[in-house]
Amino acid sequence: MAKESIVLFHSHNYAIWADSALKKESVDHKMMPIPRQLSSDCGYCIRIKSDDAELVEKILHVKNIEYDRIEAAL
Amino acid sequence: MLKNHELKSDTPVIYFDNAATSFPKPRSVIDGVVDYITNVGGNPGRSGHRLAVEAGQIVFNARQMVADLAGVANPMHVIFCANATEAINLAILGSYKPGDHVITSSMEHNSTIRPLKHLEIEQKISLSIARCSTQGLLDPEKIKLLIKPETRMVVLNHASNVTGTVQPLRDIGFFCRQRSITFIVDAAQSFGIIPLNMKADGIDLLAFSGHKGLYGPTGTGGLVLADDFYAARLRPLKFGGTGSASDKTEQPAFLPDRFESGTQNVAGLSGLSAGIAHVIAQPDGIEGIYRHKKELTACFLRRATNEIEGFTGCVPSAMIETGVVSFNLEGLDPSHVVQQLDERWSIMSRAGLHCAPLAHATIGTFPRGAIRFSFGIFNTSNEVDTAIEALKTIRGEAP
Ligand SMILES: Cc1ncc(COP(=O)(O)O)c(C=O)c1O
Repeated sequence: MAKESIVLFHSHNYAIWADSALKKESVDHKMMPIPRQLSSDCGYCIRIKSDDAELVEKILHVKNIEYDRIEAAL
Repeated sequence: MLKNHELKSDTPVIYFDNAATSFPKPRSVIDGVVDYITNVGGNPGRSGHRLAVEAGQIVFNARQMVADLAGVANPMHVIFCANATEAINLAILGSYKPGDHVITSSMEHNSTIRPLKHLEIEQKISLSIARCSTQGLLDPEKIKLLIKPETRMVVLNHASNVTGTVQPLRDIGFFCRQRSITFIVDAAQSFGIIPLNMKADGIDLLAFSGHKGLYGPTGTGGLVLADDFYAARLRPLKFGGTGSASDKTEQPAFLPDRFESGTQNVAGLSGLSAGIAHVIAQPDGIEGIYRHKKELTACFLRRATNEIEGFTGCVPSAMIETGVVSFNLEGLDPSHVVQQLDERWSIMSRAGLHCAPLAHATIGTFPRGAIRFSFGIFNTSNEVDTAIEALKTIRGEAP
């Protein structure tokens, strides 16, 4: 299985915004609850293919969608 | 002796009170509300499960649509509130600093005048009220004359709920921008009715109702912050859970969470998105609705002026931009007329001061007020004809 990464946001509002942007750009991704070891927030994060990380960063940057960080999925 | 006319409950309702809240709502709006309550139900951002995500998408969708309509690029700059009143309160109470001088106009709704008066009485701000013409229009020069070194805020409605006239936002916005004065606009009566663009019009904070011109359910509205407006310039009025930064006990600083504590009105916002979609999908969109209301207004005022003795419209037809028509019948109490229209013809309209005593004083109808018809997308010229005949009958029966 290809390696996966997780995009973390300061707020679910940005996660949903990013979800909508990635859908528009047809980037394979999945919304999921934030794993406890990554953050104490109760909201959601986005799982992507690690190979897409750069592309995702670029999309988020162009659309001004703030995010916290991208981490390798455990 | 009390004499009650028989209630005509079998007559179809003619709803001429769209400036208070629009009715009926498009079927898609009802479906939007029902769909969320029936099939989704989750709390946006509070849990990670599928239904919470879907609820979040519903809220985001509404946010994006409002941002597009207001002309801001960042949808996170849309703060949802319970109504325009809450949004105006957030804008004013959240941004004033003690000692500020604030300018507003004599055409404002109490949702603007009362928070400002409250601050003035508490000696937090000084307030100047620019006098508008008897047709409700503000000459931008009047604002310029009232400016002081400590003027920090100008609060103005875009369209009046009494006269249906529209203020020259762009001139005033430009002037405020040049002086770094916060320009707050109450678009309760214009959002979805008269096109506006926060950037081009120089608006810093825009308050809107979701339940009037956007055809959403009651309980929807909000405040839009200009793209270049820093969230830190505005203090929240409420604090609490946001589903974000939950490890911290301080309110988050980022938008929209800073201002959106507590569970959002997801059912309402689901309907609001459908309402906005409905408005946009009309033939020629907002422009088409504008023309429809213009036609109904012109038709009503032409016939009423020619055919009803003692009829006085408050403002000439050509100046009315939002389908809001206030008028009086000489010698008749507005509330009597409105009651007759309701009981005998099932015509819903509004009498009195319309929460805008200063506006009525400006146009010369204080304290008596006026009768107000406010048209919406579902009204027809046949309904206008019925109203004309009804008013003629009421007129004819008067002593
Ligand atoms: C000009 C104006 N401002 C503000 C409001 C308040 O709107 P809401 O009922 O959404 O609080 C109204 C509605 O009556 C209005 O006409």
